[in-house]
Amino acid sequence: MNAGSASTPDAVEPSPVPAAKLGIWWFLASEVMVFGGALVSFILLRLVGPGWSEDLAHNSVALGSINTLILITSSFTIVEVLSAQKRGDEKKFRSFMGITIVLGLLFLVIKGVEYSAHFSEGLFPDKGLFWAFYFGLTGLHALHVLAGIVANASLLVVVSRPGGFARYSHRAEMNGLYWHFVDVVWIFLFPLLYLG
Amino acid sequence: MIRWQLAYPETEIPLFGRPIGPDEYNAFVTMHGTIMVFFVAMPLLVAAMGNFLIPLMIGARDMAFPRLNMMSVWVLAVASLVLLASFFVEAGPAAAGWTGYPPLSARIEYTGVEYGLDLWILALALEFASFLMGGINFLVTPINLRTRGMSLFRLPLIVWMIMGASILFLLSVGPLIAGAVFLLLDRNLGTSFFLAEGGGDPLLWQHLFWFFGHPEVYVILLPAAGAMMEIISTFSRKTIFGYKSIIYAVMIAGVLSFLVWAHHQFISGLDPRLAMPFSITTILISVPFAFIIFSMLATMWGGSIWLTTPMWFAVGGLSVFIFGGVTGIFNGSAPVDIYIHDTYFVVAHFHSTLFSTVFLGGFAALYYWYPKMFGRMMNEFWGKVHFWGTYIFFLLVFVPMHLLGVGGMMRRIADPSKYEFVKELLPMNEFITVAAIGLLLIQAPFVFNFLGSMFVGKKASENPWDATTLEWTTPSPPPHGNWPGAIPAVHRPPYEYAVPGVSEEWLPQSRPEGAAS
Repeated sequence: MNAGSASTPDAVEPSPVPAAKLGIWWFLASEVMVFGGALVSFILLRLVGPGWSEDLAHNSVALGSINTLILITSSFTIVEVLSAQKRGDEKKFRSFMGITIVLGLLFLVIKGVEYSAHFSEGLFPDKGLFWAFYFGLTGLHALHVLAGIVANASLLVVVSRPGGFARYSHRAEMNGLYWHFVDVVWIFLFPLLYLG
Repeated sequence: MIRWQLAYPETEIPLFGRPIGPDEYNAFVTMHGTIMVFFVAMPLLVAAMGNFLIPLMIGARDMAFPRLNMMSVWVLAVASLVLLASFFVEAGPAAAGWTGYPPLSARIEYTGVEYGLDLWILALALEFASFLMGGINFLVTPINLRTRGMSLFRLPLIVWMIMGASILFLLSVGPLIAGAVFLLLDRNLGTSFFLAEGGGDPLLWQHLFWFFGHPEVYVILLPAAGAMMEIISTFSRKTIFGYKSIIYAVMIAGVLSFLVWAHHQFISGLDPRLAMPFSITTILISVPFAFIIFSMLATMWGGSIWLTTPMWFAVGGLSVFIFGGVTGIFNGSAPVDIYIHDTYFVVAHFHSTLFSTVFLGGFAALYYWYPKMFGRMMNEFWGKVHFWGTYIFFLLVFVPMHLLGVGGMMRRIADPSKYEFVKELLPMNEFITVAAIGLLLIQAPFVFNFLGSMFVGKKASENPWDATTLEWTTPSPPPHGNWPGAIPAVHRPPYEYAVPGVSEEWLPQSRPEGAAS
């Protein structure tokens, strides 16, 4: 932890959870509140509002479903990364991490296709409250997906260096936790913004 | 300057050169609230005390994530710069009140403030990011890095308090971050989350803001209360009264604090059916805090009290806090609140609670841990002058302010002489302004004492106050890595003062079981 002076490690009270994991859980707890607040606002305004079924009809359920499938698949592949890490299987680790990253990018591409379709129809964030929420919520989520891709890609890079696997591969668990969170947020967004 | 405008409307302000207009007045009030809450109270009470005390008190060499910690400091520095920059952009800084209520804040036309308010939101966002990083550190460090023997129920109470504050912050800030994103979109992309004409709802912001805003009050309060407990126990030479019960009381208060936010909105068009439950939770939350206050009083009861400067500040802060707490009951009950809402009664109430914790509690902590930080003692005589001056001037400022509020003076008005029924209160406003200037001037001995003692103060020993907690077992100031040798193991609870049947007057936490008596 610190150069300090003691060459032998200091005795500490044993803890069942390593520090990094504890940190990421607290971080996720605060993230849950960010999306929770935004989603509850959406639901409440929808309940008192006139209903947005016409606006909703502009969204393509097909594209949304494909994206849902993509994210759930990527959650599966990142679990495979973790199990490869536990077995010490370097090659599987790298290939499954690669697949996860590609799936994340694919999700963003499809989201981009949807956005451009909306824009060409003249649907911008200032065209009513539904679109404000739609772009606000999916945009915030897309930024989280992007952050997850960056985190996964940088882990892939450091792990691929000589000796990197032994030093850094345990971080896959933190990436996995975050990636699952991003996935779960989408599972709330999809029914609210596409099906509702 | 705020006070000057209230006492002598539209006259020239000394040292400023010209009178301030209503727009500037609004900006000053907004920035005063923002800076005090987010850029003074939180960094001083949560961040500074957390970073300095947690590792020393739990017996760790450093925080759990030192790099994350450094990053949070730099992000905070950038946030402060952004906020300061907003004073200099065209059309001035944010002027929508520190709560940033829309519709005022949601469209440029309403206040005439352009980028100032965007910068204000940005500064707050950065500040929240900084405290998220810090908060994770304040939680993980005491959970994972406690030295051998330091069980959770042997932690000094201030560590518990900082952990509680961090949890409250982490869990309450999320909705406000979402709200801030919405508000930025409203201002810059023309959305209408908070504007009724576009189908949005200005009340939504108030809900999002106060869901964070009320727990935030306890984020500030808890660490200060923790510091007071350490100090009161040490200088009463008695163990703290009801150690575990205090921890449970804080947990109850923490849960309740998420259920009181709407009491800020009794006159905002809230459904009257909701006012009753929120009145009840609000009054209920005073129960755990009353318990904490009585624990502190009971700790002093029958103790052999040693009246040092930190003790004066802690006791002074406690007394003002009781006063602020009692006026809180008036605010908490909806029928009374409808009369006094947005008057100076409310201003006086939250200044009593926040001033007592942030400043009196903060000063108590500074005088108490100063020797540990800089290795020298602060001057006791000037410390006491500082205390009495601050205490008396504080009362002179804020006690009459309650009367102003009951007299009907509204908060956030730039020129009280414009309203007929407030005119008669003008002499009282002048009096308060004079007292406030006195309050500012009496801080001078503190500044000199603080800076001067670094060079000429008496050298401090390891443990100048004969205190029991772990930070007093290392040299003052602590070396890099906090302890020169091995970290001491912990064998007993904190606050073992005057234990019956033991010859020593106090037993440090690191004293092994057998070596006692």
